[in-house]
Amino acid sequence: MASSRSSDSSASEQSATDPRRPSDHFDTPAPQAPEPGIVQPKLGFVGMARFFWRQLTSMRTALLLLLLVAFAAVPGSLVPQVTSDPNGVIQYKAANPEWSKVLDFLGVFNTYTSVWFSAIYLLLFISLVGCIIPRTKHHFDALRAAPPKTPVRLDRLAGFRSSEDAEASNVDVEAGLGAAREQLRKAGYRVRVFPGESVSAERGYLRETGNLIFHMALVGILAAVGFGGGFIYTGQKVVVVGQSFANTLSDYDSISPGRWFDPDSLSPYSLKLTKFNAVYESKNVNAYGEAIDYTAYVRTSVPGQKPQNQTIKVNSPLTLGNTDIYLLGNGYAPVITVRDPAGKIVFSQPEPFLAQDANLTSDGVVKIPFGLSKQVALSGFFYPTKCTICGSNLSSVHPDLLDPVLTLQVFTGNLGLDNGTAVNAFALNRDNLTQLNGFGTKKPGITLTPGQTTKLPNGLGTVSFDKVVRYASLDIHHDPTQLWVLAFAILVFLGLITGLFVPRRRVWIKAVRTTRGVHFEYAGLARGEDPRLDDAVTEIAKKHSQRTGLTIKP
Amino acid sequence: MTQADIVTYSLVAIYSAMFVYALAFISFTLDLARRASAARVVAAAPAVSIAAASGGTAVLEKTEAPAEVTRHRSRSVRLGMSFTVIAWILHVGGTVLRGIAAGRVPWANMFEFSLTATAIIVGVFLVVQVWQDLRFLGAYVTGFTLIFLGVATTNFYVDVIPLPPALQSYWLVIHVFVASLGTGFFGLGAALSVVQLLQARRAAKGLRVISSIPEPERLETLAYRLIVVGFVFWTFTLMAGAIWAEHAWGRYWGWDTKEVWTFIIWVIFAGYIHARATRGWRGSRSATLAIVGFAAVLFNFTIVNLFFKGLHSYSGL
Ligand code: HEM
Repeated sequence: MASSRSSDSSASEQSATDPRRPSDHFDTPAPQAPEPGIVQPKLGFVGMARFFWRQLTSMRTALLLLLLVAFAAVPGSLVPQVTSDPNGVIQYKAANPEWSKVLDFLGVFNTYTSVWFSAIYLLLFISLVGCIIPRTKHHFDALRAAPPKTPVRLDRLAGFRSSEDAEASNVDVEAGLGAAREQLRKAGYRVRVFPGESVSAERGYLRETGNLIFHMALVGILAAVGFGGGFIYTGQKVVVVGQSFANTLSDYDSISPGRWFDPDSLSPYSLKLTKFNAVYESKNVNAYGEAIDYTAYVRTSVPGQKPQNQTIKVNSPLTLGNTDIYLLGNGYAPVITVRDPAGKIVFSQPEPFLAQDANLTSDGVVKIPFGLSKQVALSGFFYPTKCTICGSNLSSVHPDLLDPVLTLQVFTGNLGLDNGTAVNAFALNRDNLTQLNGFGTKKPGITLTPGQTTKLPNGLGTVSFDKVVRYASLDIHHDPTQLWVLAFAILVFLGLITGLFVPRRRVWIKAVRTTRGVHFEYAGLARGEDPRLDDAVTEIAKKHSQRTGLTIKP
Repeated sequence: MTQADIVTYSLVAIYSAMFVYALAFISFTLDLARRASAARVVAAAPAVSIAAASGGTAVLEKTEAPAEVTRHRSRSVRLGMSFTVIAWILHVGGTVLRGIAAGRVPWANMFEFSLTATAIIVGVFLVVQVWQDLRFLGAYVTGFTLIFLGVATTNFYVDVIPLPPALQSYWLVIHVFVASLGTGFFGLGAALSVVQLLQARRAAKGLRVISSIPEPERLETLAYRLIVVGFVFWTFTLMAGAIWAEHAWGRYWGWDTKEVWTFIIWVIFAGYIHARATRGWRGSRSATLAIVGFAAVLFNFTIVNLFFKGLHSYSGL
C-alpha cells in the first residue's frame, strides 16, 4: 500500500528485507550511532567473542585477509620449495648458508604448508563460513518472501517512464495491473499485486544463489584437499624396456603416502614396458634434435581381465586400477655384463642412467657387492651420440642413439650396502672406496661401444657393454580428491558467472490518478551491478503500454 | 611459399603494424592534449550534468560534453581510431601468418603470446567502442601495444620450432588463449582505473575534471564491468591450467612459480571485487587494487617467465 514514507526510508526498509550482507557491505545502511554496548569497556567474555566474530566476518576483514593471502604467497615463488624443487632448495642453501637459516626458521622453503600461511588462509575461510551461514539463511527467507512495497515516488528511480494521462473512465486500472502482473511473471519476475494501486516485482534471486554457491564451493575445495589429501599417494618407478612393474609397495622405487594411506588399498595390477619410442626433430634446423614425441607402449594385466596393449604419453596418462600413471621422464639403460676372471657372469642387467642434459648425456652406477674378489663399483657416463669434434672431453650432441659410447671408472672397497641404511642407487659414496682407473689415477678409464668387452683393472674380471635399451620413469598417483576438487571447481565457476552476471532488479508498475486522469508509471531498482536496468524498464513500459493502449511519454 | 617465407611475411606485417600503431599513438596523444586544454577553456562554463545516484542505486547517465570540446577532439581522435584499425588488421594478419608458419596456434612461446595477447587487447578496445566510447584510452592502448611488440620482436623473438611433448595438448589452445583474453580485459580495466585516479586527483585538487572524459564514478563502473569479465576468464585459466597440469605433470596443483603467480593475480582481483563491495573501499582504493592486479599480470608474464625457475619454462628463450 502506498504509504506516506519518503522514498529514502523505503529504500532502507528494502535493504532490511534483503539477504544479510556483512555490516560494512556498501549496500547495507550505515549504522546510525554506535551501540552503547560496544564502546563500554566491560564487554564480558560473550561480548568480546561476539565482537571478534563480527570483526572477523566483516567485508573489510575478508578483503584484508584476501590481500594478505596474495602477499604471503609471494615469498614461496622467490625461494625454491621443498615440495616442487628439492634440489633447488639444496643448491640455494649451499649458496646462501646464513640467510637460509633465517628462511628455514620462518618456514619459507615450505611456504604453502607453513604455520603463518596456513593461519592466514584458515582465518579467511573461517571468516568465509561466518559469512555464508547467515547469508544463506537470509537468502532462504528472501526466496520465500514477497517483493517489497512499491515506493511512493517512482520518478527518482532508475529508468523512470510514464504513460500519457487518459480519461479515468477509459482506463481499467485492474486490467492494466493484471496485464502487468502477467507480463512480469512471464519475464521471470516474482510479482506482488497491490490491488488498484501497483505491481511490485523482483527477479534475479539467482544472483545471490550463485554468489553463495561460489563461496560454498570454495570451502568445498579446501575441505576436499584438506581431508582427501590424506588418502593420496604418489610413487615413482623406473621401468626398463622388457621389464615389468607390479603395483605393490615393494616394487616402487619410492613412494610418498598420505597420512591415511593403507598399503592394502593398492589395486592389484601389473604392467610390462614392451617398447619405448622417442621421436626427435630431424628437418627443422632451428630445433634439430629436439624431442617431439615420447610414447611408452605397455602391456597391462589386471586380475580377471585379459591383458591389454596400451600407451602412455606425456599429456595422456594411463588410468589403471585406482591410479593414474604418468610418463614424466625417460632415458637410456646400458646393458652391462661383468664376469669374474674365470668367465662366470656375476652381473648382467640393464642399468638406468640419469639424463644430465637435453642431449641425454647420462650418468649411472653399477654396484657389485658379491661375486668378485672385492666389492666393485663402476661409475660412468653414457653418451647416445658422441661428439667427434669436441676434443678429449666427451659430450653428447644428439639425444638419439647415433654413435653411443659408455665410459666407466672402477672402484673397489666398501660399498656400504650391508649396514642396512638406505642408499641412493644412482649415487656412489666414495668415502670408503679406492679409484682404480680414470681421471686422477695412472690408468686410463674404460671406454666401450655396444658389443665391446674389456678387462677390468687389477685382474678383477671383464666388463661388457652388450647393448643399450630405453627406460621410462613413471609416476603413479592415487588421488581421490581430484574428482571432488573438479566438481567444486565447476560449481565455483558456475556460481561466479551467475553471481556476477544475473541482474537482480526490482521493477514497479504503478497506476497514478491525477486531476488530469490516470496514467501508469514504471521504474526499477538495481540490486548490485546492473548495466541493462534502464533498457529493461523501457522495454517493460513499451510492452505494457501495448496491452493498455496508452502511449509512453517520450 | 616456404615456411621461412611465411615467417618473413608475418614479421613484415608486425613491423608495419608497429609503424601504424605509432601513428595512431601520436594522433591519440594530440587528442589528449586537446582534451586537457579544452578542459581549461571550458573551466568557467556550466557544469556537465551527471544524474545523481538515488535510492542506493548507481544511476549513471551519459555525460554530454559541451559542443566546443566535441569539435576540438574530432579530427585527431578519428584519425587515431582509423590508424588503430589498420594497425590491428596488420597485427592480426601477422599473428595468423605466424600460426600458419608454425602449423599450430600462435601462442606457444613468449614471442607468439605477446603477439596474440596484444592483438586481443586492441581487439577488445575496438569492440568495446560499439557499446561505450573509450577512445580516450587510445593513447594508452596503442602505446602499450607498441612497446610490447617492440620488446617481443627484439627480445623475445624465436624461430618456429615444433612443440615439446609437454605442450602438445589441446589445453595449450584453451588455457593460453583464455589467459590472453583475461589479460586483455584486465589491461583495459586497469587503464580505466588509472584515468579514474587522475580524474579523482583533479577533482580533489579542486580542478575541474577533464569533461570530455567520463567522471571518476563512471570510469569506476566501466572498469568494474571489464574486470569482472577478465576475472571470469582468469578463473577459467586457473582451472584449465590445473587440469592440464594434472595431465602433463601428474598433479593439479603443486605451487610451481607460475601457478603461484596465477593464483596471486586471481586473489588480488577477488580482493578488487570485494573492495568494490566494501564501504570505504570503493573509489580510489579499489582502483589502485585493479592497477596492482594488472601490474602482477605483467610481472607474471615478463619477470616470472624469464627469471624464475619452474616447470613452465616455455618462454622459448
Ligand atoms: C576465500 C576467500 C574469498 C574469495 C576467493 C571470494 C571471492 C569472491 C568473488 C569472486 C566474488 C564475486 C562473485 C560473485 O558475486 O559471485 C565475491 C563476492 C562477494 N563476497 Fe567473497 N570471496 C571470499 C571470501 C569472502 C568472505 C570471507 C566474505 C564475507 C565477509 C565474502 C563476501 C562476499 C560478498 C558479500 C560478495 C558480494 C559482493 C557484491 O555484492 O558485489 N567473501 N567474493
